[in-house]
Amino acid sequence: MTGAKVQAFPAAAGAADDVLDIRDLSIDFRTPKGPVHALRHVSLAVPRGSIVGLVGESGSGKSTLALAAMGLMQGNAEIIDGSLQFSGIDLRGLSPEAWRAIRGKRISMVFQDPMTSLNPVRSIGQQMMDIQYRDRSAWPAQRRRKAAEILKRVGIPDPERQLNRHPHEFSGGMRQRIAIAMGLLEKPELLIADEPTTALDVTLEAQIIHLLRELRQEFGGSILFISHNLGVIAELCDIVVVLYAGEVVEQGPVREIFHRPKHPYTQALLECDPARIDLISRDLPTIPGDVPNLLQVPPGCVFAPRCPKLFDRCRVEAPTDRAVGPGHAARCHLLDGAGRE
Amino acid sequence: MLVYLLQRIGLSILICVTAMTLLFAAIHVIPGDPATIMLGTRATPEVRERLNKEMGLDQPVPIQLVKFLGRAATGNLGVDVWSKRSVGTIVMENLPYTLILILTGLGWAALVGIPLGCYSAIRRNSFIDKFTGVISVGTISIPSFVVAIYALLFFSIQLGLFPVIGAGERGDLEDQLWHLVLPSFAVGLGWVGYLARIVRASMLEVMGENHVRTARAFGLPEPKIVLHYALRIAILPTVTLLALAIGGLLSSAVFAENIFARPGIGKLIVDSANVRNYPVVQGAVMTTVALFAFAMPIADFIVAWLDPRVRSAL
Amino acid sequence: MSAQPSDIPVPVGLAAAGSLLRLLRRLSHDPLGLLGLFLVLVMVFCALFGPWIVPDDPFKIHVAERFNAPSLAHLFGTDSLGRDVFSRVIAGSRIALSVGASSILIAMVLGLILGLTAGYGPRWLDNAFLLLFDSVYSFPTVILGLTVMTLLGASIATLMFVVVVIQTPAYARLIRTATLAAKNAEYVLAIRSLGTSPLRILVVHILPNIIGPLFIIASMDIPSVIALEAGLTYLGMGIPPPAPSWGRILQEGFTAIRDAPWIVLAGGFPLILTTLGFTFLGESLRDLLDPRLRRIV
Repeated sequence: MTGAKVQAFPAAAGAADDVLDIRDLSIDFRTPKGPVHALRHVSLAVPRGSIVGLVGESGSGKSTLALAAMGLMQGNAEIIDGSLQFSGIDLRGLSPEAWRAIRGKRISMVFQDPMTSLNPVRSIGQQMMDIQYRDRSAWPAQRRRKAAEILKRVGIPDPERQLNRHPHEFSGGMRQRIAIAMGLLEKPELLIADEPTTALDVTLEAQIIHLLRELRQEFGGSILFISHNLGVIAELCDIVVVLYAGEVVEQGPVREIFHRPKHPYTQALLECDPARIDLISRDLPTIPGDVPNLLQVPPGCVFAPRCPKLFDRCRVEAPTDRAVGPGHAARCHLLDGAGRE
Repeated sequence: MLVYLLQRIGLSILICVTAMTLLFAAIHVIPGDPATIMLGTRATPEVRERLNKEMGLDQPVPIQLVKFLGRAATGNLGVDVWSKRSVGTIVMENLPYTLILILTGLGWAALVGIPLGCYSAIRRNSFIDKFTGVISVGTISIPSFVVAIYALLFFSIQLGLFPVIGAGERGDLEDQLWHLVLPSFAVGLGWVGYLARIVRASMLEVMGENHVRTARAFGLPEPKIVLHYALRIAILPTVTLLALAIGGLLSSAVFAENIFARPGIGKLIVDSANVRNYPVVQGAVMTTVALFAFAMPIADFIVAWLDPRVRSAL
Repeated sequence: MSAQPSDIPVPVGLAAAGSLLRLLRRLSHDPLGLLGLFLVLVMVFCALFGPWIVPDDPFKIHVAERFNAPSLAHLFGTDSLGRDVFSRVIAGSRIALSVGASSILIAMVLGLILGLTAGYGPRWLDNAFLLLFDSVYSFPTVILGLTVMTLLGASIATLMFVVVVIQTPAYARLIRTATLAAKNAEYVLAIRSLGTSPLRILVVHILPNIIGPLFIIASMDIPSVIALEAGLTYLGMGIPPPAPSWGRILQEGFTAIRDAPWIVLAGGFPLILTTLGFTFLGESLRDLLDPRLRRIV
């Protein structure tokens, strides 16, 4: 296995008040060809009341992490090491009843595709009332009112009437607002948003981001925001976690990450972001190469095959987390004073 | 929605008319006039001619067809030359028995088959799933009349649990229900397996879809998810298939009515066919065709009504 | 090395046998499929070698031995005319299989022709065919059979005609759909632009692709056709006596059901085994060869 035990991430101090505390988490997928090491020694924390952005390209494992935090991973996925804690509750080995108690109530999720993630044959009012089933003292009328209120809050006009409508009667942007409304209905401590704006155009995206920021202020919960879009992460998040091929390569406060990125991958990502390109040239900068095959993770740094600042040590020895600044750490040999060979 | 309704009904009417024409043509293409065949060789030419005239067979065939279609549109299916009663009346006397039989047969098949299919999908590869799979294939392939005969043999004759013949005393509901048990069992048995398989396949597909994952993400209780988030959608293609089932059910009813000596359209057709009573055969067969031809648009409407997406699109 | 005429048939034959063996090996992992294969083979064996393996003449009447219960001499007992039921059952397999297989074959050929014409021909022809198919389809199977048998009189030929009339629309519809899809496929458009004749396109390019699924689907109809033949005969509208069709045995046995229940048991038994066998085998083969066909059920 790559890498030694990771150092405690500085920003995770005060773990007692972390809504989500992931330490050294490793997840494998069992496949006919052998185990695919989807996540390896991932550590991150979502402090109470903050917005943490999880950024990574396709295949980096960000959705797997989100689903793990909800206990919704697919059948062949297995947590083989590490801990996953929500508000002090150990999520590993939680019973189905215990999961049902917290899902939708203390942890909620907003999915990427608003087209398919809502029940097409049930009105949104019914679906929103379904979510409130744990509140046994409330009359249906009360539940309905609560649903209408939050619909209004997310910007759906004439909410009372819209409750009777079905998902396909709404546009994509509206549907995602409804999904967010459903997610926040029970005022959860943590909202996990798995690429909620990827399927939307830029105008809608901006609206949704704005909405999330406002709502979080109001409701006081935390958000784990997953995206591959750096611009959105920069706008919304307090803390950024950069995921590459199943490993956290860098994490820290948003300003630090964007102004002083230390990991070559983060640097390359920032360079590639079209919004930040100041040099007008014919070629768009890209990161050459592909994400590695996670069936057989190569020894050494996982980013080595594509790293522009590669040197010999990178290929043989996996780097460990190194502190760069307050709350900022990255996993790269360049940061190791003893460094190059 | 209304336009769609009219279109589908129009298509069914067209199919019925074509079917009627085919039937009519078939009857008239065969060698030997119906009168001779019905009366036998002992009929004198005058009797034959009178019968022909009564049945309207002395007119040119196209005119006969048009007259027949016209009358059929108003519900007049002709007159039974033997009993002089209207064919329509005879058919209406027998139709309810058949309808009750096929509805009960389908009913119990759905009550058993749909939950079995559902359970098989949720607990894949469990013993019940595998068992249901084998039984499904078995019951689908075994001919329904063999089931009926064996059921009659074991439960009625050998064990004496159920009555052997008839539909029961009129007005005595319990007696009639008792008479209904074995025939509807025989009619429905094949459909249990069929429904179980379809529902299982449909459910497996739907359970893997995103909105079911979302429902889980909101911690909804499993029964609610299965019922309202999965089955509610999975059942839609089943409804369409149930309409197609009407044809098979009518065929099974023919056997069941014959074997259990129950009144009904099936028995009517067989008995009339045996004595070459063409008007009755024609009228009864056309009724079954109409039933089948209209069952499909009706099923499509039920689906449209159940599925808000289709409702909006129309 | 130039190919000698004698080289060619042998490798082809071996290749065919090889793929058959592979198929059988794959089938051997499916217990139901194996069971089906066994039952089908038994039935085919009886059908082929019936006359040589029957213990008694199926038509021979022994009035003195009417309604004998099953015994060593008469495994399934005797019927109302003293005939050995077991022999009649074995003889019946030949009727079931020959009627079933041949009428399906004819329906396939007819369906192929009609379907190709409907798919490839002009729109109005296609619509006319569809209307015709749907109209025939709207007759419930047994009722259609009864009607036709009534009109034409009961005989093997008319029974086969009934089966052909019932099965052809379904096959024609399938072929039509496949033809339409193929017609608009790119490779066909390309060939057409080269000026190939429609018939050649039909036979050489479209046909080979659709004939496979057609065979699989048609072979899955064998049990229902056998059941239909037996059913119609049971109702008195099928193959005329004294032919020992299983339906006939059931019919005769039914009238004597209280006194001689073994006759109906004997008549239904081969029907059950045959339909189960063909269905199990057909489903296994279908899943092995082309699982996509599951959609058509």
